[in-house]
Amino acid sequence: MIRPDAPVLLEIRDLRASVDEQPILKGVNLMIRAGEIHAVMGRNGSGKSTLSKVLAGHPAYSVTGGSVLYRGEDLLALEPEQRARIGLFLGFQYPIEIPGVSNLEFLRVATNGRRLAQGQEELDTFAFEDLVRERLQVVQMDPAFLERSVNEGFSGGEKKRNEILQMALLEPLVAILDETDSGLDIDALRIVAGGVNHLAGPDNATLLITHYQRLLDVITPDFVHVMAAGRILRTGGKELALELEDRGYDWVDEELASLEAGEAARTPLEVA
Amino acid sequence: MVAVSATEPRHPLPAAATAAPWIADLLADLPAAPSAAVARARELLAQQPLPSRRQEDWRFTDLAPLTTIAPRPLDPAEQASSAPAAPLGPVAEPGRLRLLLDGLRDPLDGLNLPPGLHRLEGEALQAALGRSLAAQGLEADWPVLLNTALAPRVLALRVSAAVAPLLELVNDVGTGQGVEALRLLLLLEDGASLEVLQVQRAAAASATSLLLEAELGRGARLRHGLLAQGHGAASLLAQLVVSQSPGSELDLVSALSGWGLVRLEPRVLQDEGQAATRLRGLQRVDGRQIADTHSQVAFAGPEGRLDQLHKVVADGAGRSVFNGAVRVPRAAQRTDAAQLSRSLLLSDRARIDTKPELEIVADDVKCAHGATVSRLQDDELFYLQSRGIAAAQAARLLLRGYCDEVLAELPGGAAGWQPLERLMGEDPTP
Ligand SMILES: Nc1ncnc2c1ncn2[C@@H]1O[C@H](COP(=O)(O)OP(=O)(O)OP(=O)(O)O)[C@@H](O)[C@H]1O
Ligand SMILES: [Mg+2]
Repeated sequence: MIRPDAPVLLEIRDLRASVDEQPILKGVNLMIRAGEIHAVMGRNGSGKSTLSKVLAGHPAYSVTGGSVLYRGEDLLALEPEQRARIGLFLGFQYPIEIPGVSNLEFLRVATNGRRLAQGQEELDTFAFEDLVRERLQVVQMDPAFLERSVNEGFSGGEKKRNEILQMALLEPLVAILDETDSGLDIDALRIVAGGVNHLAGPDNATLLITHYQRLLDVITPDFVHVMAAGRILRTGGKELALELEDRGYDWVDEELASLEAGEAARTPLEVA
Repeated sequence: MVAVSATEPRHPLPAAATAAPWIADLLADLPAAPSAAVARARELLAQQPLPSRRQEDWRFTDLAPLTTIAPRPLDPAEQASSAPAAPLGPVAEPGRLRLLLDGLRDPLDGLNLPPGLHRLEGEALQAALGRSLAAQGLEADWPVLLNTALAPRVLALRVSAAVAPLLELVNDVGTGQGVEALRLLLLLEDGASLEVLQVQRAAAASATSLLLEAELGRGARLRHGLLAQGHGAASLLAQLVVSQSPGSELDLVSALSGWGLVRLEPRVLQDEGQAATRLRGLQRVDGRQIADTHSQVAFAGPEGRLDQLHKVVADGAGRSVFNGAVRVPRAAQRTDAAQLSRSLLLSDRARIDTKPELEIVADDVKCAHGATVSRLQDDELFYLQSRGIAAAQAARLLLRGYCDEVLAELPGGAAGWQPLERLMGEDPTP
């Protein structure tokens, strides 16, 4: 839902980031207001996951330029856990397995951290079990998964559902879902999409990273962005995704080439 | 003043190497040897220096911390008055039989032993004591000599059937200072089974020598958990010496933490093969602590199985040693042995030495081994942090998960002793 007067939740300006001195994000600009659903598409390796991890504060990436404001606050100055507690959520493309750490305990500790940050009281084990059982229904997950170690031995689809369960518990303001639809069967896709729609409201926003129109058939985006070589090359409405489905990404190369030629021509001037 | 028996050598034999001063002082302070065996052990001990790092078996482990402990026998009364008053650890629940091995009383006194469990004494005891040691040629091993020389308190049990309650053996030295020795003997007859949780604790500068011998008859099952929660000034030398008959199953689980020096030697002999041995070990070092596990499993016949996992957490300037010997001679065809050692390095100043020592002569065998040393994984930490869990708490969760793989294998009643909290050095609720 687009409301030009809705508060800005996330404002990314000319964001640049590298890993091992290798630039990956090369000037990303993006503004997200409350109530909006954004989709980011783009070829493999274009930097989509990197963008999501930099926003969440992954230590492997160093920010080399630009800024990110989260509700007006400097997001990049915060530790990853602080970002999560104030309402930023990243659904991982590849959720991590953590042997020996019980899923239930993990979810409880995480949920209570977020609750404290929102000025709510912590939940004891019993109250939390009630809450988690209720939220399990959003993703139609078997309670047996609570007893297992975090993601350990979960199938690809089960891991993705566990991500959405975490999102349902943490009630983020900005949820970034990195290919949450990959690896899901048709039913699971419907369940996960249903969960995302259920959790999307006028006060929060969602950034979906996806390769497939089929997700956007069930979650209608307000904006679609195409990422290429570490920046957002084009932004449009939901039609842009359909156009990509038809035309593929070949046009990206031409546009990138002209962009880079322009930059190359400009560089000497900047130096001088 | 106790009279010194004639058999006690006050002076080492002329040709012998000089005893370590600490041993000489300790021997001089002991009451008279109650038996010829004890006297003999003292004599042998007096003739040799402490094991040193020049010996392969002690290459990484310096016994210096032991010699900082007062070289005198620990007074059981002091131990009792300093050990935390009741209740020791968790309240004894139904379904467990708790024996206090504090030396103040006969732990079996006035007790109705449950069906299948019997006191072993007299000639039967004399015949069995030392048999497992002899089968592995360990009689003159330094830690064995030390244990014998100290005239240990002995608890010997015969197991004739499946024993229902968990046998909980508790030795809490508390703030007692000095040196003590404990000797246990478990004879499991054919088809018998027993679960033992042995809790060893110290809270000051004491040294405990623990020697367990166990014999498993055909089809017998023993599950033994050693929960050793020490102190930075305390030492523990423990040997678990087991003989297994065909068809028997042995589970040895150990969790060692907090000791200035701990050396654990599980020694298992499958005397005709065809038995199952499962070893689970976890040791944590921090500060300047040393923890050393030297395990040995020998197969004297075919078709034996070994499943071993040894885990280490090394923090501070701690030092961890693991040496896992597996002996598979020609007679041990179709042995199936797997050994995995996993170490978690939490500090740049900590040191980990880990060495599998596979001696395989038989040709038709499966022997797998692996050793890993890692740090907490950034991706795992980040995943937890991205859910709002602070870095320090995330690290603690990961560490607990890591340790729990072994701790969860301790016998059922162990949880009340808060093995995880103590191992992590967290303040357990009293
Ligand atoms: N930690 C890293 N170390 C080295 N290279 C990295 C690292 N992270 C990302 N890269 C590189 O950065 C580029 C962008 O990767 P990223 O994962 O962001 O792509 P993506 O758009 O998410 O691709 P996909 O659609 O395949 O998920 C790739 O070339 C990748 O190899
Ligand atoms: Mg990606």
